Amino acid sequence: MPSTPASPIAAPPDAEALYAQLLAQVRNSVAAQAEPPLLIGIYSGGAWLAQRLHADLQLAQPYGVVSSTFHRDDFATRGLHPSANRTALPVPIADQAVLLIDDVLHTGRTIRAAMNELFDFGRPARIDLAVLVDRGGRELPICPQIAATTLLDLPDEVSLALLRDEDVLEGIRFRFDLVSK
Amino acid sequence: MTRAHNPQLNKNGELRHLLTPEGLPRNVLTHILDTAQGFVSFGSREVKKVPLLRGKSVFNLFFENSTRTRTTFEIAAQRLSADVFNLDIQRSSTSKGESLLDTIANLEAMDADVFVVRHSDSGAPFLIAQHTPPHVHIVNAGDGRHAHPTQGLLDMYTIRHFKGDFSNLTVAIVGDIVHSRVARSAIHALTTLGAAEVRAVGPKTLAPDNLRDMGVRVCHDMAEGIRGADVIMMLRLQNERMSGALLPSAHEFNMTYGLTPERLALAKPDVIVMHPGPINRGVEIDSSVADGPRSVILDQVRFGIAVRMAVLSIVASTESPA
Repeated sequence: MPSTPASPIAAPPDAEALYAQLLAQVRNSVAAQAEPPLLIGIYSGGAWLAQRLHADLQLAQPYGVVSSTFHRDDFATRGLHPSANRTALPVPIADQAVLLIDDVLHTGRTIRAAMNELFDFGRPARIDLAVLVDRGGRELPICPQIAATTLLDLPDEVSLALLRDEDVLEGIRFRFDLVSK
Repeated sequence: MTRAHNPQLNKNGELRHLLTPEGLPRNVLTHILDTAQGFVSFGSREVKKVPLLRGKSVFNLFFENSTRTRTTFEIAAQRLSADVFNLDIQRSSTSKGESLLDTIANLEAMDADVFVVRHSDSGAPFLIAQHTPPHVHIVNAGDGRHAHPTQGLLDMYTIRHFKGDFSNLTVAIVGDIVHSRVARSAIHALTTLGAAEVRAVGPKTLAPDNLRDMGVRVCHDMAEGIRGADVIMMLRLQNERMSGALLPSAHEFNMTYGLTPERLALAKPDVIVMHPGPINRGVEIDSSVADGPRSVILDQVRFGIAVRMAVLSIVASTESPA
């Protein structure tokens, strides 16, 4: 199996540049609302993004983390991922506006599972979705309100993995890796 | 794969039945404990239920009495959205002479996915596991004197919760070790998870010297047995042991092996005291210890639900290639 995917995607997208765009769009969205939404990141890439957005936007309300594990529709064949099943919501989400955050939006199944998980904790006032990359391929009627970029030509057999490096001088840095499924 | 075939594991080394902790590799035990951790905080949810086992049928087959274990298995299966059927076998077909395997075959025809089995005969869950089709999973809820793996695992979860790593721990198991499936499962799990020292503490009739073969230190003196311990696991003293001439009396046992506040002071100051329940107050444990600040007995019950949820969800999602 070739280790690098075929053209046209020769190199992974620049995650730091995309993060800067995401931050700008989320900042505008938050500024347009009377009450800032509760940021909730989907474990694990979305949680990293929520943590960094929360720090960069200097929001007073803490951010939350949601796991999609308990509501995955492929549980019967893939089983549980024990490290991933920790939903941690800092405040009750009933009647809260939520900005759900993930790194890559593809089939929409993870978002569906994460929303089901959120509803196990209460009924939010509304949920918006912000992602770093929308790669198309939706199998459910789910649409992001914010996407830093859209990449529709990634081959199906390739997944886009967000990685996080800790740099002494520059702090947290994101990068994308292309992984053959 | 050099490991001899373990009937509890599929070809990929994943857990398809839970029959005994004996012979299970450390990574399988740790996977169960890690998975359970995600289920412990269920109390904070408005909806205390997840759909992992939706559409699956879990049959609780209790050929022997149980309240706590059966109830916690039932709660665990229901929180995973399984359909749960409780069969009180003592009062049904087996009393009409139906064989164990005939009973199981009939229940399979009702599309069971998981059997939770308690039986007074050691090895009954193994027999069932050998005679059921690959898509059916067996969880042992206690068989004879042999094993009680979910109790052993919830004990490990409790120890890990309060103590973290196993490698520096001294664990004293006190009471009727030789007849106890709880003790046996705990000893196997503790050994696999790397506890520094496991002590079996009791009179020679209940803690015989040949327990050393299981890798434990045998102590017939209570003070020696619990001195410096990080964890004390008291076992329930069963009444039939007194009638069997293995013990003079409950009072005598209390005098020599009962866990009193004075004896507890011999252990480490941050010792935790465990008991699988139901407790005999004033026999193996004094009320002031059972209800005291070092007791984690009710935590064990709470963690038991999470551990059983973990076991049910893991076995039910393990494919069983022929």
